[in-house]
Amino acid sequence: MTSPESRSTRRAMLVSTAAAVVLPGVVPAWASTPLTLTVAAFPALDEIVKAALPTYAKTHPHVTVKVVSRQFTDHHSAMTTALSTSSQLPDVMALEVGYVGRFAQGGGLEDLSAKPYDAAQHRQTWVPYAVDQGSHEGRIVAVPSDIGPGTLLYRSDIVQQAGLKEADLTGSWESYVEAGKQLKARSNAYLLAHAREIKDIVIRTGVAPGEGLYFDSASRVLVDSPRFTRAFELARQVRQAGLDARIGAWSNEWTTAFRRGTLATQMTGAWLAGHLNNWLAPDTKGKWRAAGLPGGVAAAYGGSFLAIPRRADAARKAAAWDLIRLLTLDRGMQLAAFKSQDAFPALLAAHDDPFFAEPLPFLGGQPARTLWRDTARRITAVQVHRQDAFAEEVVNTELDKVLDQGKAVATALADAKRQVERRARR
Amino acid sequence: MPRLRLPALSPRWAPYVFVSPFLVLFAVFGVFPLLFSLVLAFHTWEPASGLESMTFVGLENFAFAIEDEWFWKSLGNTGWLALASGLPQHLVAIPLAVFIHRSIRRWRDVVLGAWFLPYITSTVAIAIMFSAMFSTDFGLINQALQALAQLPLIGGWFPADPVDWLGRPENIKPAIALIVFWRFVGFNVVLYLAALQSIPKDLYEAATLDGASPVRQFWHITLPNLRPMIVFATTLTVIGGLQLFEEPFILTGGRGGSDQAAMTTAMYLYRMAFEFNDFGAGSAMSWMLFGIVALLTWLTNRALDPRRRQGGGS
Repeated sequence: MTSPESRSTRRAMLVSTAAAVVLPGVVPAWASTPLTLTVAAFPALDEIVKAALPTYAKTHPHVTVKVVSRQFTDHHSAMTTALSTSSQLPDVMALEVGYVGRFAQGGGLEDLSAKPYDAAQHRQTWVPYAVDQGSHEGRIVAVPSDIGPGTLLYRSDIVQQAGLKEADLTGSWESYVEAGKQLKARSNAYLLAHAREIKDIVIRTGVAPGEGLYFDSASRVLVDSPRFTRAFELARQVRQAGLDARIGAWSNEWTTAFRRGTLATQMTGAWLAGHLNNWLAPDTKGKWRAAGLPGGVAAAYGGSFLAIPRRADAARKAAAWDLIRLLTLDRGMQLAAFKSQDAFPALLAAHDDPFFAEPLPFLGGQPARTLWRDTARRITAVQVHRQDAFAEEVVNTELDKVLDQGKAVATALADAKRQVERRARR
Repeated sequence: MPRLRLPALSPRWAPYVFVSPFLVLFAVFGVFPLLFSLVLAFHTWEPASGLESMTFVGLENFAFAIEDEWFWKSLGNTGWLALASGLPQHLVAIPLAVFIHRSIRRWRDVVLGAWFLPYITSTVAIAIMFSAMFSTDFGLINQALQALAQLPLIGGWFPADPVDWLGRPENIKPAIALIVFWRFVGFNVVLYLAALQSIPKDLYEAATLDGASPVRQFWHITLPNLRPMIVFATTLTVIGGLQLFEEPFILTGGRGGSDQAAMTTAMYLYRMAFEFNDFGAGSAMSWMLFGIVALLTWLTNRALDPRRRQGGGS
């Protein structure tokens, strides 16, 4: 009997061989001369690239691929430096979604919708919001590799003990908070890790088309708009009722809270289920379930992209593009990455695989991938702004003041707006 | 086979050739970045579009920094941390050095080595260790505090609930000051011990014959003789304190903690450049920080220098 893995690998080879045959205008120049491609990536994208190399070598025997792997933050600092000095540039650059806009605004990334790449013809091939995130002023500057559809993971045992149902958690933000009060009264579990997490999602709801989270297209600051007021008020409500454990994600306390079952829910990307299963809290297997975010919100938690630096060596760009195509357009490759690294496929063609309907033992046999797949199609991308990182931090700081020092929401948002406005003009 | 002969090195050039490895490295990693940051301070630059996107903006970056709330906040944090970690270093190191000098003979090197160990340990390792110790629910420090709170009589002085050391703005500064203090106190002990060993013994013998108590000897012999070393050690502390970076950076995940309560100026200017993509303002801030360090170093020297005191005072 053939295992699903080997079947999909074989399919991957078939598809990619077919792709190489029909590839326009890439065969001549490098086909004879040996090339070395450099790919700069962070975990687990580096593993995904490495796993694709044997397949790539079949169609590109003259190309040696070197994968330079760095930790997440180091990788993006190194890419900033490489772009600013135009030296040591990789041929293929992996980027987390937060950096795509920043690098694209500086014009550091190759326009992939232009010839010879012509990525625009594949626009409909990937999850729509991910394509929008990889686009800048109508040009595709980065191609989505994996996405992070948002989900609400919850402990069904704790929720049931408290006499609650899934609908109580997901119906609306009000019912979510109300459910938290019930949980607090009837169990020893907190509703969520930190009140800030509610704010993070609520500010992403109701963003007008063409607007960013913090700025509109004319760099006007939106920090005092109703979605921020609502987000701050909900977070304050959660804190005042003592529903959050006041712990940050990825801290020791967070891990321990999962293991001890003192966190009843976690709003997160679908990928967290894999982390929980693998190392965060493997013993809680079977007790978790996945649901949509409260109030039917569809939001993305992270996502990875592949791009070609504009200043990279022109002689290697065609080979680099072929590798990106293999990683992002090949159904088998995308599914292999999903199976081995929990990298949710950005390629729509991969979404009809039976793998999606398989029950997940960690989630008590729930076929949650179909849920995440539907969420992914409902997510809309927001415009990015070069000062987003700064604005986010100012907003978080003011939220801390609201939560910890009782600062009025309106004053906090006005203060945040004033600080962000100074920066917006730079 | 003829031996390969290198061209003769004339005595005139030999010294320069021999020191050139250092000079070349220093030029590349020392002088060039310094000059480049000075140039950057007067430019705006979009790093992702390469070097030619630099445009001259005059003093705009400096004006921005002066009006920037976070720059002043970071200077306040730096000053607080420098003082709270720096002053206790010397107040503890001097008596401790005197104690080691007088009382410990046989195990002196071992004791001194133990005190010096934090100084030569990697900052990253230290910060990771302390972030585990300061952990709210499972940290050693909170567990010790809670155990102390159970004691009769003095128990009331200690918090009964776990303290959120790294999450609350009012706690994070003392936590970091404590680490910096712990790390550098041994270094200062070594400096002071070296100075103590150079004080002539007959001064103490004469004072003992005259009936001076050990406390009097400390104030009238030890301290005045230590003064040059105090000037030197304080200067190092001032410079080090104002450039504080690693400990708060690692303990707060590079962000400076809630309300940026532990974001020092060195951290902020790094973040300005690499996180907020504003290399111009970051460079301007680094030169302003340099100015402040230079000024405070000069003031420290002026305040502690005995010659000036005699000339200017009474």
